[in-house]
Amino acid sequence: MMRPGFHDPVPEAQGCFRAMLDAMSRPGRVHTLDVALDAPPPLAPATAAVLLTLADAETSLHLMPDGAAAGDWVRFHCGSAPASLPEASFVLSLGIHPPLSALRQGSEEAPEQGATLICQVRSLTEGEGWRLAGPGIRDFHHLRVEGLAADFLQQWAAQRPAFPRGVDIILCAGRQLAALPRTVTIEEG
Amino acid sequence: MSHDPGYNFAYLDEGTKRMIRRTLLKAVAIPGHQVPFGAREMPLPYGWGTGGIQVTASILGRDDTLKVIDQGADDTTNAVSIRRFFARVAGVRTTTRTAEATVIQTRHRIPEAPLREGQVIVYQVPMPEPLFRLEPRLAETRRMHALADYGLMHVKLYEDIARHGHVSTAYNYPVMVGGRYLMSPSPIPAFDNPKMDHMPALQLFGAGREKKIYAVPPYTSVRSLDFEDHPFRPHRADGTCAFCGARDSYLDEVVCDDQGSRMFICSDTDYCESRWEPEQ
Amino acid sequence: MAYVAVKGGEAAIANAHGWMAERRRGDPEVPALSTRQVEEQLGLAVDRVMAEGACHDRGLAALAIKQAQGDLIEAAFLLRAYRTTLPRFGHAAPLDTGAMRVQRRISAVFKDLPGGQLLGPTLDYTHRLLDFALAAEKEAPPEPAAEIPGDAAGRLPRVADFLVREGLMRREADSGQEPPDLTRDPPDFPASRAARLQNLARGDEGFLLSLGYSTQRGYGNNHPFVGEIRQGKVAVRFTPPELGFEIEIGAITVTECEMVNQFQGSKSEPAQFTSGYGLVLGRGERKAMSMALVDRALKAGELGEDRTAPAQDEEFVLMHSDNIEATGFVEHLKLPHYVDFQSELEVIRRMRSTAGTSATGSEA
Repeated sequence: MMRPGFHDPVPEAQGCFRAMLDAMSRPGRVHTLDVALDAPPPLAPATAAVLLTLADAETSLHLMPDGAAAGDWVRFHCGSAPASLPEASFVLSLGIHPPLSALRQGSEEAPEQGATLICQVRSLTEGEGWRLAGPGIRDFHHLRVEGLAADFLQQWAAQRPAFPRGVDIILCAGRQLAALPRTVTIEEG
Repeated sequence: MSHDPGYNFAYLDEGTKRMIRRTLLKAVAIPGHQVPFGAREMPLPYGWGTGGIQVTASILGRDDTLKVIDQGADDTTNAVSIRRFFARVAGVRTTTRTAEATVIQTRHRIPEAPLREGQVIVYQVPMPEPLFRLEPRLAETRRMHALADYGLMHVKLYEDIARHGHVSTAYNYPVMVGGRYLMSPSPIPAFDNPKMDHMPALQLFGAGREKKIYAVPPYTSVRSLDFEDHPFRPHRADGTCAFCGARDSYLDEVVCDDQGSRMFICSDTDYCESRWEPEQ
Repeated sequence: MAYVAVKGGEAAIANAHGWMAERRRGDPEVPALSTRQVEEQLGLAVDRVMAEGACHDRGLAALAIKQAQGDLIEAAFLLRAYRTTLPRFGHAAPLDTGAMRVQRRISAVFKDLPGGQLLGPTLDYTHRLLDFALAAEKEAPPEPAAEIPGDAAGRLPRVADFLVREGLMRREADSGQEPPDLTRDPPDFPASRAARLQNLARGDEGFLLSLGYSTQRGYGNNHPFVGEIRQGKVAVRFTPPELGFEIEIGAITVTECEMVNQFQGSKSEPAQFTSGYGLVLGRGERKAMSMALVDRALKAGELGEDRTAPAQDEEFVLMHSDNIEATGFVEHLKLPHYVDFQSELEVIRRMRSTAGTSATGSEA
């Protein structure tokens, strides 16, 4: 049987969005979502909540890995059009994420068309690990992420010179989420 | 307080909110860049805050406390009208106190009291394009932003200085955001521009008729355009508020009689009241 | 205290609305107007509000006119604001105006043509003399028309098709692209023809009329002929996803105009006729004609003509055609602007004092 989405969609989507908005505004801040969401494995509750909040029939979604067990749930609840990796506005990664350069980057005139990578990781820990700086951060934020590609920092640094083009990332682990807008610079902690 | 059951919470349907929310996240990720969005027709006229209203409606939750100001005041007619709209369709708490508000929708001012982390200020924007008086064509200004080609604006300011000795722009004074995008701060007086720089609160901008949303994340550099030999200087009327005696706030000039006598009062009514209430 | 002047906004608004409601009703001794009366007896106003309100519902348009006290732009705004709250089920199949049950069909380029000229209900050829009989308390019902032609049925060939067949006119082909929905997608330039026509179909009649007129006076160099105007009912067909096949969901009255324009050819095109197209909800003949003129003018780019006139400037035309947007922004100037004005005052005073100082300086 198909598991349900949000129990009370209007306030739950709003709450989840405000957490995402704050996460995107303050890169590296970790938010814990207060939603009772019974998402099918391997979807973490935060990942499922982000999808329900942002994706719908007006968006395109690339799901990785392709045959992920939760695929039916995502298709049913979001109704997003499936799209290839370089075309999709949202890319959902449940395993090792694809190289950032393979995602839609947007153009100089329309950088907002750069993709959003919703990346499910093992854990997010605030206050240790990487040193983040940039808009949204007064001095530095520290964030440790377990479960990204080994060369993630090189990939991230490689997209920086292309700004304003680039990819933004929403990281999800369990009920937690954090975000990495394309403006943030990341150094090894 | 509950919301009018005849409408979805905060008026907009959930699909529209999702579209605006997606736009907002991209706007925050590219500070100062105007992101086009499918603005809807609102039950208030274009030019009267429909962009700000759509942004506010998309972020507002039951736990928020909303403050709405126009010209700095909570009791100007359009501020009253917009506050009533949200009280009706979202049933949220409203306040006139800057410190109590979690979301502040504004037209033409930034409150005097410094905003803090956790607050969101939503600006109503009539013309989001900072270059529109110099180049009205969207196709052309879009190209200028892509190339960060802002020479036109520098030339305009320079000519002002050459002709008048200083910049003639008094409000809607253009700013550079994050060192990359030229941005309209909305028609706030230039006096308010410095408050935008490294503000701890999140700043969101909605232009409904022009169908654009943009944003400045907290702690982001917002620099008013200037020249080394002509640094930007915010101006205010050289006066004192007749009510609270403030010498640091932005003042409105009020004509008192037909002899042209005038007095000055704080434009920010909450700031003014907070200064004289304790004494009463 | 002077503060009273800027306090009390809430009470002032409530009073203003109350007063306006009283104005709307007028003298209570005079019987109230019913929306049915508006719908039946002010039909062309209803049609205009439907067209500019972009919502085909005669009853609601009549209500909007009554509520707006006959201010048609305000009425169109009311209808738009209502329309935007309606769920979007999908889009209908393109209207087949070739199969229109026409009530009126005229061509100015051929004396006669298959299907014939059908004058239909029109104010053309009336003498514009005030009819004082209408002012009489008891209006006599009009004499029934001597001969009421039945709606012409079956397919009526189009004038444009004759010219296309002869190779004298460009064939308009469907690009096959999904048309944008300008109620949901922000504008983009250059716009597709579909986006352009959508925009013009909702555009303000007065704006299009003036622009169309300007092309006749040499601003854009159109040489227009009315190829054809047809007015009547056309079926709206829709495929509900749950059914999977097309059904007719109703019929609406529309006015269609195709202008035929001379074109002297360019580097890329031989001399031939070109067309401009107008389609308007309801009986909006003046607007359909204006729209067709402007549509043709906007083709300047595609045809390799010089774009020199306002009506040929796509961004200018499309960004200023919407009277709901225009009225909002023009009227917003009524809102308080004293903060901006104060900052201007300071700048002007500063400039004057600088000028004064330097003037004195040069005299010295």
